[in-house]
Amino acid sequence: MNFALFVQYALSGITVGSVYAIVAIGFNIIYCTTGIINFAQGEFLIVGAMIAISLSAVAPLPLAILGAVLITTALGAAVELVFIRRVHNASVVRLIIITIGLSILIREGMLHIWDEQVRSLPYFTGTDSSTITILGAHISLQVLWVLGVSAVIVTALTLFFRYTTTGRAMRACSDDRMAARLCGINDRWMVTLSFMLSAGIGALAGCVVSPITQTQYDMGAPLAIKGFTVAILGGLGNSMAAVAAGLLLGLLEAFVVSQFASAYKEVVAIVVLLLILVFRPSGLFARRGTSVRTA
Amino acid sequence: MRTKLAGILGVLIVGCVLIATGCKKSPETPPVEQSAATEPAAGATPIKVGAIFAVTGGASFLGAPEAKTAEMFVEKINQAGGVNGHKIELLVRDSGGSPEKAISMAKQLIDEEKVLAIIGPSTSGETMQIKNICQEGQTILLSCAAAETIVNPIASYVFKTPQKDSDAARRIFQTMKDMNIAKVGVVTSNDGFGNAGAKQLADLAPEFGIAIAGTETYSTGETDLTGVLTKIKGLDVQAVVNWSIVPAQSLIAKNMKQIGLDVPLFQSHGFGNIKYVQAGGEAANGTIFPCGRLLVADVLPEDHPQKKLLLEYKTDYETRYKEDASTFGGHAYDAMLLLVEGIKKAGSVEPAKVRDAIETLQGVVGTGGIFNLSAQDHNGLGLDAFEVLTVQDGKFAIYQK
Amino acid sequence: MMRLRIYYPVIAAAVLVVAMHLVLAATGKTYYMTQVTMSAYYALVVIGLCLLMGYAGQISLGHAGFFAIGGYTIAVLTTHDLSSYRESAPVEWLLSLGLLVQWQDLYGRQALSFSPWLAFVAAMLLTALIALAIGLPVIRLKGHYLAMATLGFGLIIYRIVLGAKIFGQADGISNVPAFNLIGGLQVNGRAPFRVQNYYIAWVAVLAAMVLALNLIHSRVGRALRSIHESEDAAHSLGINTYRYKLATFILSALFAAVGGALLTHYNGSIGPSEATVMKSVRYVAIVAVGGMANLWGAMIMGVLLNFLSLRGVFGSYDDAVFGAILIGIMLFAPQGLLRVPKLRAVLSLLPRREHG
Repeated sequence: MNFALFVQYALSGITVGSVYAIVAIGFNIIYCTTGIINFAQGEFLIVGAMIAISLSAVAPLPLAILGAVLITTALGAAVELVFIRRVHNASVVRLIIITIGLSILIREGMLHIWDEQVRSLPYFTGTDSSTITILGAHISLQVLWVLGVSAVIVTALTLFFRYTTTGRAMRACSDDRMAARLCGINDRWMVTLSFMLSAGIGALAGCVVSPITQTQYDMGAPLAIKGFTVAILGGLGNSMAAVAAGLLLGLLEAFVVSQFASAYKEVVAIVVLLLILVFRPSGLFARRGTSVRTA
Repeated sequence: MRTKLAGILGVLIVGCVLIATGCKKSPETPPVEQSAATEPAAGATPIKVGAIFAVTGGASFLGAPEAKTAEMFVEKINQAGGVNGHKIELLVRDSGGSPEKAISMAKQLIDEEKVLAIIGPSTSGETMQIKNICQEGQTILLSCAAAETIVNPIASYVFKTPQKDSDAARRIFQTMKDMNIAKVGVVTSNDGFGNAGAKQLADLAPEFGIAIAGTETYSTGETDLTGVLTKIKGLDVQAVVNWSIVPAQSLIAKNMKQIGLDVPLFQSHGFGNIKYVQAGGEAANGTIFPCGRLLVADVLPEDHPQKKLLLEYKTDYETRYKEDASTFGGHAYDAMLLLVEGIKKAGSVEPAKVRDAIETLQGVVGTGGIFNLSAQDHNGLGLDAFEVLTVQDGKFAIYQK
Repeated sequence: MMRLRIYYPVIAAAVLVVAMHLVLAATGKTYYMTQVTMSAYYALVVIGLCLLMGYAGQISLGHAGFFAIGGYTIAVLTTHDLSSYRESAPVEWLLSLGLLVQWQDLYGRQALSFSPWLAFVAAMLLTALIALAIGLPVIRLKGHYLAMATLGFGLIIYRIVLGAKIFGQADGISNVPAFNLIGGLQVNGRAPFRVQNYYIAWVAVLAAMVLALNLIHSRVGRALRSIHESEDAAHSLGINTYRYKLATFILSALFAAVGGALLTHYNGSIGPSEATVMKSVRYVAIVAVGGMANLWGAMIMGVLLNFLSLRGVFGSYDDAVFGAILIGIMLFAPQGLLRVPKLRAVLSLLPRREHG
């Protein structure tokens, strides 16, 4: 394989990896605060993109995206208030089942509100065909947007969790919920906030990847599966590691395609997931002794 | 103790529920509007025709237009007085693309409703799983799915209306030959349609002197195809053939431009809807694909035998349902058409006689082409059922060399 | 003497099954038996899953995978034509043992394949092996990690049956012949065999119930329940929790495989749609609504919900119904619908003080 082709594969890997990374970031927020893995995270992405697409018919793109993010954030809050909050002393199994049920309901809701057609947002800059050339290989401009937005989100989150009162309060909840309450932190509001944040980020992610992946009502579940594979790969709770793990998985998939039949691409992610779960559930980037739930 | 009580109570409840549902008539599924025309006429017994379509679910881009078309067709026939004086009663069932449901619904339609024929299903997977059931139940099956295995080996009661995949492949290769293309890359989706296409392409390429440098399969719902296309790019091909259903069709065009693979893109006859062109944006311009003539009905020459029917179908569908007509709905139209012609020719509603009559139909003008059936050919369409089309400025046009 | 009492519901159920047949025959609606038979086979999966989730406390989001392994193994072995190897030694040997069957399909084609009995045994062995291989590393996991590992397993099986040519790829395997049991009994979907198959399916289900009931009322069952209550306490009492959980996992996989194998013969075909994540989620939903640890509830709900779904009663809202069931049950009736003490579930709706 010549150099240009190698770079092309790498760029292809970065394209898919960036999508996985941005999905994984959303998982980490809810996990940090509540210990729940939200199987419905993928649906937040798709809902956000669908709303943005509908809004973009009547408003300019940036406003449409803003609107979508706000509406999806409200949806996240509603989900938490109506469903999650009611569940007291729930076992992990029960929570998993609830989020799976939510994922199904949101998906079916999207099917009946919109329909089964494939849609996409317009490219943020340029058109379907515009590309930039790196080292002899081409990549769509939109991928740079995805990477850029991911970087901004991760930075913003890190700053939020480290330097703002609310952020620190959320971290306190994740460390020890009872202790946080004793300090006067309203832990139930923190949980709602974490869902809102996750949903909003999910919606933004959905909008920025929509031109690349297109948007269809049933894309949520496969995205979610890849997303939490990546989140676990990086170590649950660690957003920067999630981005790194996402890019890693994307590159791995691209190179599997280059050497083997592309039909096995899907199996790669699943095998990686199983291996990680069995051999190193705390993730690739977890240092020994680190508590599993940090931001 | 409590568990036991609950158990007995539960068993009693379920027994009663089952008995109760046993006394209820089986409900018809709502998604497609019920037309008044399915009421039986006074006097003549209506002809019961069943339809299994994937109105919802992953194959709804096939099933929804098919169900709408079938309903529209039946309404029109009934308004004109029915077939041989009998009105048609259409029973549409939504299988959601699920073969188990298709099996259950097929058995319902055959054993309970005792239909004369079943139109559909929409996908090859479902059709293959009910093929034997219909054959043994001696119920005519007019499938709207594309797989060759539906009519090969021939089962006397089973027919299909979509054009042959092999003919589509032949038209693609012929066009390539005319363009002096000798080396191609093939990408297909990992589903019934894609797999069938890959096989046909591989089998027929040598006939036209075209070498397939590489064949790659991807998941149906794949969101990024740059990896697969990079592999094809590395093979220095002169053209790419994509054989898939949505959403990959639009994605392929975009991804090809994005990685700088600037060679002609050929698609299969699954590209038969203007929405896919719209989804592909400007990258879709220049795509070449074989297709039924429905999409270019207005630019056909006036004396073309299919023009009148196609324009009529297109206008009726678009006025009534306010959405673009697609070639998929046309398959259901053709299925109903063949059935009705068969009943007319047989002059009876006995399955065996109608079946025999359908096998002798010649020169029936449908949306997919002109049908010439026989005992060995339960599809009836040939190479000329296809027109080679292309996309120009976001619209379909006939491909000119 | 306690042992005999647990079988009373089985006898009651058997009586009801016969009663249902008589009622359907009397009202001329015996065709309902088709969907009941199909649902009964799906209920087998649910019974096994109930043992795993309710008694051993292990969630599995990939049980459709075991159903598919059972069904596909039996489909491949009974349809794969060995005629071209007729002359070879292994085939001759198998023929002499009576393990191969010459049969004719609907199109008059002759084929030589493995006998359904042999295929059935092979399917069970394969399922047990795979369940062991998956269970060994995975049963150790807890909570989310276990859920995702089982989900991953289900996905791999789906990808394999969707991708491999031997499994018919997306179209699956059709043309599966009937399964000749003893005497004139056949597992077969054709109309003349409808009543016969109705009883065969119910015999299978009730046999599974007897087996499961036996299990939970035995020492093994008590050990399982103690593991579910508190794994550490059970461990400290000397119970080998790991081994019990693994054994239950394998047993539940076998139940699913039996359901898959028999339904494949009944339908005469199988496709990748039986191995999807949505199917696994449905099985979990059914166990949840029947009552996690309520075998009868699970079985009844399994038959009922699948029956309604197969007849298209839920229309285009099929998946949504199961999603709603999942959420509704988990929020309002986590013990399931068929528990007599519903009061506790109702009380949990009212705001309560945090237990911390």
